[in-house]
Amino acid sequence: MSGVLGFVRGSARLVFTGGRSYRIWMATLVAMIAVGVVGYSHQARLGLIATNMRDQVSWAFYIGNFTFLVGVAAAAVLLVIPAYVYQWKPLKEVAVLGELLAISALTMCLLFILVDMGRPDRFLHIAPLLGTPNWPRSMLTWDALVLNLYLAVNLVVVLYLLYKTYRGKAPDKLIFLTLVLLSIPVAISTHTVTAFLYNGMAARPYWNASILAPRFIASAFCSGPAVMIVLFKALRRTNELPIKDEAIWKIAELMAYAMFLNLFLLGAELFKEYYSATEHLLYTQYFWQGIGEHRTLVPYAWLSLACSVTAFFLFLVPLTRKNNVTLVLGCFLIWAGVYIEKGMGLIIPGMTPDTLGEIYEYSPSLTEWSVAVGVFGIGFMVFTVLVKIAVPILVGTFRADPSAGAAPSSLPAGSSAA
Amino acid sequence: MRDFAALGLAAALAASPDPAAKPVAKAESLVQAEPPPFSEGIFPCSACHADQKNPEHRELAFHDEQQSVLAHGERWCLDCHDLDDRDRLRLASGVRVPFTESYKLCGQCHGDKLRDWRVGVHGKRVGRWDGQKTYFLCVNCHDPHSPRFKGVVTVEVGGKKTTRYTAERIRPEPRPKRPEEMAR
Amino acid sequence: MSARLPVLPDADAPGSGPDAPEATLDPSRRNFMKTASAGAALAALSACGLDVEDVFRKHFKELSRDELAKVLARVEKRNLEKFGKVTTVGAEGPRAGVQFGYGLDLSRCIGCRRCVYACVRENNQSRERPQIHWIRVLEMDKERGVDLAHAEQYYEPATVPRDGKFYMPVQCQHCENPPCVKACPTQATWKEPDGIVVIDYDWCIGCRCCMSACPYGARHFNWATPNLPAEELNPDQHYLGNRPRPKGVVEKCTFCIQRTRKGLYPACTEICPVGARKFGNLLDPESEIRKVMEMKRVFILKEELATHPQFFYFYAT
Repeated sequence: MSGVLGFVRGSARLVFTGGRSYRIWMATLVAMIAVGVVGYSHQARLGLIATNMRDQVSWAFYIGNFTFLVGVAAAAVLLVIPAYVYQWKPLKEVAVLGELLAISALTMCLLFILVDMGRPDRFLHIAPLLGTPNWPRSMLTWDALVLNLYLAVNLVVVLYLLYKTYRGKAPDKLIFLTLVLLSIPVAISTHTVTAFLYNGMAARPYWNASILAPRFIASAFCSGPAVMIVLFKALRRTNELPIKDEAIWKIAELMAYAMFLNLFLLGAELFKEYYSATEHLLYTQYFWQGIGEHRTLVPYAWLSLACSVTAFFLFLVPLTRKNNVTLVLGCFLIWAGVYIEKGMGLIIPGMTPDTLGEIYEYSPSLTEWSVAVGVFGIGFMVFTVLVKIAVPILVGTFRADPSAGAAPSSLPAGSSAA
Repeated sequence: MRDFAALGLAAALAASPDPAAKPVAKAESLVQAEPPPFSEGIFPCSACHADQKNPEHRELAFHDEQQSVLAHGERWCLDCHDLDDRDRLRLASGVRVPFTESYKLCGQCHGDKLRDWRVGVHGKRVGRWDGQKTYFLCVNCHDPHSPRFKGVVTVEVGGKKTTRYTAERIRPEPRPKRPEEMAR
Repeated sequence: MSARLPVLPDADAPGSGPDAPEATLDPSRRNFMKTASAGAALAALSACGLDVEDVFRKHFKELSRDELAKVLARVEKRNLEKFGKVTTVGAEGPRAGVQFGYGLDLSRCIGCRRCVYACVRENNQSRERPQIHWIRVLEMDKERGVDLAHAEQYYEPATVPRDGKFYMPVQCQHCENPPCVKACPTQATWKEPDGIVVIDYDWCIGCRCCMSACPYGARHFNWATPNLPAEELNPDQHYLGNRPRPKGVVEKCTFCIQRTRKGLYPACTEICPVGARKFGNLLDPESEIRKVMEMKRVFILKEELATHPQFFYFYAT
């Protein structure tokens, strides 16, 4: 018990100590969370009428963010597969950080769902035994199942690895590898199931396309790891974690291929819509050209495409991939491009025009922005706290017994950190 | 698809007949609605027309309201109104029918409407889907002198509510609020 | 119908609230924490307008006769508190041998919207902020035919019908294969044996999956606490129908379940001044709706989605 207590105390100490930039970062996050609390209490009091969602566009900003973040969570797989399936050492050292990102992203996903619900107090109605889940017909029950399962797997893996390492012991290879390898199909299934949630709605032709699930996976893989790259660079700068260039470049390269696939699938969709030119073209048209005077989303559509294509080339060309500035720029561009495409660029055109042909031009209200800022604040706070605890453990400076395990022992027994 | 497995008493309740429900009526009772009121003092027509027997097709000095709108093809008054008994209507066969059976007259030419109206496909019915219904006459909605539908209005005849045709079209109820207007 | 409500535990009595946080607290302090937190939980629940028994309720289909009676009595009590009016909230079940069907004569509808507002009055919809209409009347060009992309819902001419236009009201189609029932994660909406697709407003979590899934835009959300003037409340209510809804749940046309299960026509059918609406039992060969299907050519909206609506449009002339 004292071991756990020591772990908790030590972790708390790590979280509450840091340099100036760390303090400013945390203060910013606290401010963001405060903004979110104010926004959400306004919404809780008034009802969802505080948002700009209406019957005609009944899913919007919150669900858009949720969709994007499920992709980010699934992207941890892009680190886990090379690290543990292909046993690629440079990534093996840092794969756990991808799982920390997954935990933070999943936290944000669950929060976005909660703030979007009309009656969050009744969330137990979806739980087995306590409620009556419409399983297996309702895709949302599958989504709840796999998201919570993925969160649980990641939490167990991370806590197990970090605690064992903290105690100076190597994690049991069998348990550890089984869980890690299990997280791969679970991660893919989270994002596939989320895609199926939209895909299965025959009432929304924009979503009712078989290409949706592959597009989701492709865009997830090219956007999620962007955060990892930026984080790795930051950690290297503060000399906390010696991550090899190879690891970072490999991730960027894989992202480039994922982005190619993403753009290819986008092209395939656009061909089908514009060439067949049925009435279903209206939704795609609303996004890329606007319908009549309704053009709110058009600038964002083209901005997203520009960001994605530029980022693709920045990651593809080795020169720009290996350059610090262009690499980080590429990360921000890819994040922005996929955020727009997967968030607002998926949900809003799916509902505009609505099922009876009406066009309601939606854009988020101040309340929605505040709540979203708060949720992102919480997510980044979770991520920061986890990384602040994990990195010293991985590096070897945070141990139960300071004398044991002075050398980094972040890997399962048998491998060495070169 | 009823795919939720029925559990508990509530489901059994749902399947068994509700004690308060009435059985589905085998023979529906059809009640005629109150006909629209005549103009003030017009009925009985025989009060004025007791001995007017001129059958000639001409313009009349009275009954302007009906004459001005008469848009019933090549018809004129005595095609439908009986020359000898002005208190009744006359079918093509010569048979006289009371005003409460005016549909027989309309149905001579508008046979498909009569056929539909008889089974409730044309026209309005109120009451019970499983029992007694009130049906409306043609003249509750259609001016027999200018039958193309324009509008209707609810009127009270001897304490009973019924409908009467109007010469003006109906004003629609207010449009719904647009989503942008919803929060105001 | 009005059973006595069970007495809620006294907030001062030792309750079943969450345990004391730390083992190091002394016993008297622990007891205080227990009862205080139980009281706080109850206070918090009631501050949010929640009933303890509502939170731990079972699904409607799992309720026993007695439990159902208690639930209905609670709704009546809530109505009295909120509106100061005595109401009757029933839960009439479906009749055997009945499958409801609806017919709408597009050659007759003049777009007067009397049905829209009769429905609002009968079914206790929120009047404003949000304004909820279960029926949407679409104005379309006769030249184009049924073309939803060019439909207009917000027409406001001086009189109807406008020349060259025809009108198509749309409401819940009570599909045989309802995509909303498929999508609902909590089974808060389901299709009853007599064909009516119902919602339990006390089970709905407000996720709006059903609204995304419905191809007919038939489902509507209480974006805020409904605004329903007490003097306009319809006191004859059904638990799955027109009882006043809370904030944050979905609602829609129920074929006036409180009327039709007693053998009456829905409010929209009764009010239509031109007799464009036909309602009845599809299993009764003498019903108007069966006659419509035999004598006229009926069609359904968005047939390619295989939802099999029980709402049939036709042109009598």
